Amino acid sequence: MKHTISVLVENEFGVLARVSSLFSGRGFNIDSLSVAPTNDETISRITLETRGDEQILEQINKQLNKLIDVIKVIDFTDGSGIEREMALVKVTAEDESRAEVLRIVDIFRAKIIDVTPRSYTIETTGAPAKINAILELLRPLGLKELVRTGPVAIGRGAKGWKG
Amino acid sequence: MKMNGARILLECLKKEGVDTVFGYPGGTVINIYDELFSFKEIRHILPRHEQAGTHAADGLARATGKVGVVIATSGPGATNTVTGIATAYMDSIPMVIITGQVPTPLIGNDAFQEVDIIGITRPCTKHSFLVRDVKELATIMKKAFHIARTGRPGPVLVDLPKDVQIAQTEFKYPETIELRSYKPTVEGHPKQIERAISMLLASKKPVFYVGGGAILAEAAGELTTLCDLLGVPVTTTLLGLGAYPEDRPNSLRMLGMHGTYYANMAMTDTDMLVAVGARFDDRVTGKLSTFAPHAKIIHIDVDPTSIKKNVRVDLPIVGDVKDVLTKMIKEAKSHPDKVAAFQEAIAPWMAEIEGWKAKHPLTYKHAAAVIKPQYVIEKLRELSDPDVIVTTDVGQHQMWTAQFFTFTKPRTLLTSGGLGTMGYGLPAAMGAQAAFPERQVITICGDGGVQMNIQEMATLVQNRLPVKIVILNNNFLGMVRQWQELFFDKRYSQTCMELPIDYIKLADAFGAKGFRATKTDEVEEMIKQGFAHDGPVIMEFMIAREEKVLPMVPAGASLNEMVLNA
Repeated sequence: MKHTISVLVENEFGVLARVSSLFSGRGFNIDSLSVAPTNDETISRITLETRGDEQILEQINKQLNKLIDVIKVIDFTDGSGIEREMALVKVTAEDESRAEVLRIVDIFRAKIIDVTPRSYTIETTGAPAKINAILELLRPLGLKELVRTGPVAIGRGAKGWKG
Repeated sequence: MKMNGARILLECLKKEGVDTVFGYPGGTVINIYDELFSFKEIRHILPRHEQAGTHAADGLARATGKVGVVIATSGPGATNTVTGIATAYMDSIPMVIITGQVPTPLIGNDAFQEVDIIGITRPCTKHSFLVRDVKELATIMKKAFHIARTGRPGPVLVDLPKDVQIAQTEFKYPETIELRSYKPTVEGHPKQIERAISMLLASKKPVFYVGGGAILAEAAGELTTLCDLLGVPVTTTLLGLGAYPEDRPNSLRMLGMHGTYYANMAMTDTDMLVAVGARFDDRVTGKLSTFAPHAKIIHIDVDPTSIKKNVRVDLPIVGDVKDVLTKMIKEAKSHPDKVAAFQEAIAPWMAEIEGWKAKHPLTYKHAAAVIKPQYVIEKLRELSDPDVIVTTDVGQHQMWTAQFFTFTKPRTLLTSGGLGTMGYGLPAAMGAQAAFPERQVITICGDGGVQMNIQEMATLVQNRLPVKIVILNNNFLGMVRQWQELFFDKRYSQTCMELPIDYIKLADAFGAKGFRATKTDEVEEMIKQGFAHDGPVIMEFMIAREEKVLPMVPAGASLNEMVLNA
């Protein structure tokens, strides 16, 4: 099962390497990964997608917590969080398919950010399922390039994580 | 007062109570050595190889409970420490490794003797630091020692570029350190402890399974008190040997691949397994699917990742083993009636265990003509001091030592368990002897492993460290040979050492003393002579060449599928 996990870490030298080598060294998967500083510049937030059964997820959680630089680990799989992802998509758009691409972009409230006579480049954001849906519609029209950020996630409700 | 980074490093070590370090000079640590030249509070021991220096620091740490310290230069000096670091990491030994690094502006430029030692050691250190500013040095050292010795202990590496050693700043050592991201759970949860005692007292076939964590937590006393109060059987892992006295009637001695028949049978039939500071290693559990199939499992460990990693656990207690056991003793003592009823209820189980003990005790066939290694171990026990420290290498001699020495005190057996590092024994003994100059220190080695760090004979002689080196010589890499005999049709591929080394001459060449015994009736006299000799000694025993370590659970088999005679 897929899990989206946020890891708040000390913004120290080498911290990303510690997290990623933990996954590779113990045979865990990382499907996507995004990292950036938080509002508190001493803390960075890593959001990653991983897979595994309950026992593996428990180990991932514990092993992450065991890293000295990890401050907090949050697993959003129980629906306690909101996930958003962005994708940039370059699609073939010639003749009659130009209108079809525009219709899809409109339905998904996406944006055209670059145009050539033979292509559109689209920016789309949303829950990963929405991204998957728009890609499914665009793929038959000729998908030339795809860049996904991987999801970021934040908890629902008023309570926030400092930083 | 302003000081340079090199001096600050030494002041930090002094503040941490370090009196002995092992280290090897080189280009990027020369400034540290220059400061050390006139710094009298720290004794520096120069090994002949950084790997040995690291094992020596590890040996010192295991023998004393203090943090072992080793210094190495950048590049090859640093990479030579890696095996020692990994050894310490697998066995949770507190150490601080200080490596020199090329000057900060050169990092990443493939400079002379540059290596990314932080990257190389990331998977085998508890944590590591690259010091980029001399102003951070004191705080980093404080953190390094704090991290190394607290929680589940482990090695911490501090990479110190040469320009940081030269740069000057005011020295101020932080009195305390608080890390928001590192707060190990020390205190066991009181409700869990209550539940544990009530579960335990409701069981009919309990067994305590004790690992090195009990020794690391200095909890041998509490463990013995609790187990004797309850009257339960106790088995230990290799690293747990000495946590519970093996000469007590309730000791089942060691369990696992080369453990006793009765320990492994008890593990298979138990209905209540209490794991104390142990991590269910594959050499202990055998085949996981048939491991302790009827047992409820209580697992006490300071490291949450150890819990439910390999086996299901019914009741986890995260906390310092000493703290948890102390509370368990208190809880058990508050129910004297239940404890008495429990002892009555487990009487048939204790009788069953006695039956197993009588049926298959640890044994070997004595021989007059040829020296049996088990006999040597028994004689070493008999003739050594009561507070002797024993280190071993890795292989058959290690298992014979574990089976036949009878350890009764914690921190008296120093051995590489998790990583299984050949070459560990001699340098670890060096570290233990440096920490305890007055105690008897024996290293028991095979003829394979002893050659991996034999150069340390020089360090022993130079520093007057009177380690007694026992070599059980079968001219084989015996453990691998045993596997080849049992599982590979006696195809002894590359396990015969062939060249007979004259260890008496070798000892002589280093300025030490060598002895050799080839017959059983020479053993006792030779051990006496060796122990009586003032300085470092090699005692070589020409043992039965194809003697096997038994019993044995073949790799991948269940614990109760033991090979008893082969």
